[in-house]
Amino acid sequence: MILRRTQYELARRVVGPTLLRLEAWQKARARSGRGPRGGPFGPPLESTRKLKELLSLHYLAGRYADGAVPVAWVTSGFPVELLRPLGFHAVYPENHAAMCGVQRIVPELSDAVEQQGYSRDLCSYARTDLGSVVTGKTPAGRLPRPDLLCCCTNICQTVLYWYKALAAHFQVPLVLVDTPYVYGEVRAHDLPYVRAQLEELVAVAERVAGRRVDPEELRAVTVRAREGSRLWGECLATSRARPAPWTGFDGFFHMAPIVALRGGEECNAYYRLLRDELQDRVKRGIGGIREERHRLLWDNLPMWFAVRELSTLLAERGFNFACTSYTNAWAEAGVQVDPADPYGSAARAYTHVILNQDLSNRLGILRRLAREYSCDGAVLHSDRSCKPYSIGQVDLRERLARELSVKVLLLDADHSDPRAWAAEPGENRLTAFMESFG
Amino acid sequence: MSAAAPGGAAALGLDAGSTTLKAVAIDAAGRILARRVEPSHPRIGEQAERLLAALRAEVGGEPPVGATGYGRKRVAAGRALTEITCHARGAFALAGRPGVLLDMGGQDTKVIRVGPGGEVQDFAMNDKCAAGTGRFLEVILARLHVPLAEVAEQAARAARPVTVSSTCTVFAESEVISLLASGEPLEGIVKGLHAALASRTAAMVRGAGEGELLMSGGVALNAAMVAALAEALGRPVRVLPEPQLAGALGAALAVLGRSG
Repeated sequence: MILRRTQYELARRVVGPTLLRLEAWQKARARSGRGPRGGPFGPPLESTRKLKELLSLHYLAGRYADGAVPVAWVTSGFPVELLRPLGFHAVYPENHAAMCGVQRIVPELSDAVEQQGYSRDLCSYARTDLGSVVTGKTPAGRLPRPDLLCCCTNICQTVLYWYKALAAHFQVPLVLVDTPYVYGEVRAHDLPYVRAQLEELVAVAERVAGRRVDPEELRAVTVRAREGSRLWGECLATSRARPAPWTGFDGFFHMAPIVALRGGEECNAYYRLLRDELQDRVKRGIGGIREERHRLLWDNLPMWFAVRELSTLLAERGFNFACTSYTNAWAEAGVQVDPADPYGSAARAYTHVILNQDLSNRLGILRRLAREYSCDGAVLHSDRSCKPYSIGQVDLRERLARELSVKVLLLDADHSDPRAWAAEPGENRLTAFMESFG
Repeated sequence: MSAAAPGGAAALGLDAGSTTLKAVAIDAAGRILARRVEPSHPRIGEQAERLLAALRAEVGGEPPVGATGYGRKRVAAGRALTEITCHARGAFALAGRPGVLLDMGGQDTKVIRVGPGGEVQDFAMNDKCAAGTGRFLEVILARLHVPLAEVAEQAARAARPVTVSSTCTVFAESEVISLLASGEPLEGIVKGLHAALASRTAAMVRGAGEGELLMSGGVALNAAMVAALAEALGRPVRVLPEPQLAGALGAALAVLGRSG
């Protein structure tokens, strides 16, 4: 235990930072003598270096976390603020699966579990995670074994069965937060029901961690989580300027800390740095793309395996995603947590995430974003893996087009399995969509 | 439409589709002076160059080239646009007014709302599957040994359509064989196939709203399909003149900077 803890702390504080500095120095040397990045994009964000450092350290420390500190695997919409005061190292399988998507190793991991009988119709994040567990393959080097599995159904029901499979594999406790779906307004009895589950989960987490939650520490974490979400919102809001100082696709990568490190000071420090850089770019008129002609809204998760190709295709024609409903979700939920009432406010915040709300609420969010960010078009990614996000998009498309007089495209793909993306017809549709702007 | 113009050819347009390559030469007024249509060859670049060279030899000069279709990136052209934009422009030029364009080609079925300037207002396409396209009919009719020239006559002869439930090319093929084996008449099956495809396509067309329904693409040459669509939709279908050439015409107009 003491040895593991020492390894964990060394990885976080000494070895990791040293390796990263060495890598940065090597890259800087290799870059020297070369000109600035060309192509249709604006100059790269300086903060990206810090982002990579932050995430690399998180995953490096994770390799040594089990046995050193309690480890929880959590869904992206789980109220992680309640675990932080107990010293949990939180692993986000969805965030990890996105990494696997970027590196295009999802087919290989998926094949491993498809051979065990899992259907390819199952969410590609679930297949990727289970495939990584079965094969041990991960771009992170190693994922720490969980002591606790934490699942919240506010993003989908698949997570319940996925985490039950993980619980059966790891033979560790699974805590479930069931959030009733919000049709119109939340019902009076829904929030006490969710709150009671939060109190139960903390009791289980305390047993696993072997300590009690310090109310002061919980207050402090809640303050930091709320601040982190507010800062992330400020980063996103810089794109209301013309030109937007970064691309919507940049936002997909920079959202990792608010998902995986929410409630920690390093997350907030990062977003202050990013916000300042973005605000400075706005002042100086520096855009995420060189020539911003049209501004679009993106709905749903990105296609992690094709972000570079798609952003280039768009940027070359002067199109930028000024906002995305997905990145915005993390700016809206977290700001509702309240240190004066950590349980009650978390119940409210986590019940109201975008995927737990009915179509008219989702339409309201898209309409507001399109207006606030002055979008003249929208792309709705019909994501084969994420049914809750994709269902209703045909209606959303019609309503958005009619009510806002903007052009809207439905694009069939998947967030991380490239086998569900027909690149040629897909890019052709996107190109035709852009041509229709004249 | 095909009369030679005194000023000679102003532009060439090439539509390198998945099933056929279409090329036209137009004059400054947008009239088609010469055309070529050939089944697509895997070496698209070479085939396109050969077709364009043949057109140049026919009309003279070195007019600029506009390209469209999946093979457009393999062609040295002054302008390359998607077939959605080009079909809209070509259809607008041929029809002389806006409308809802249904283009049924080899592997794509597109429904395009064409605006008053020939621009694309909105469009929808079949999903990542060739089930609702010309390829579907081509495969099944070949299996039934029915040449395209006889399709309309066969369908018209049918006393009643035989219901074909699947519009998956692979499953429908086996379904059709099974129907034949159980003694269903060939004419009824041919009619039923068209009705199945028309029903699938009609859903896409209805989504594009009201307006005169125009039709382009190779499938528009199949009168049985046109009739089945008109019946499924309960509205007339106006087949454009030389419907296969709408995309190539649009590409040629685009290189001239014209919408129609």
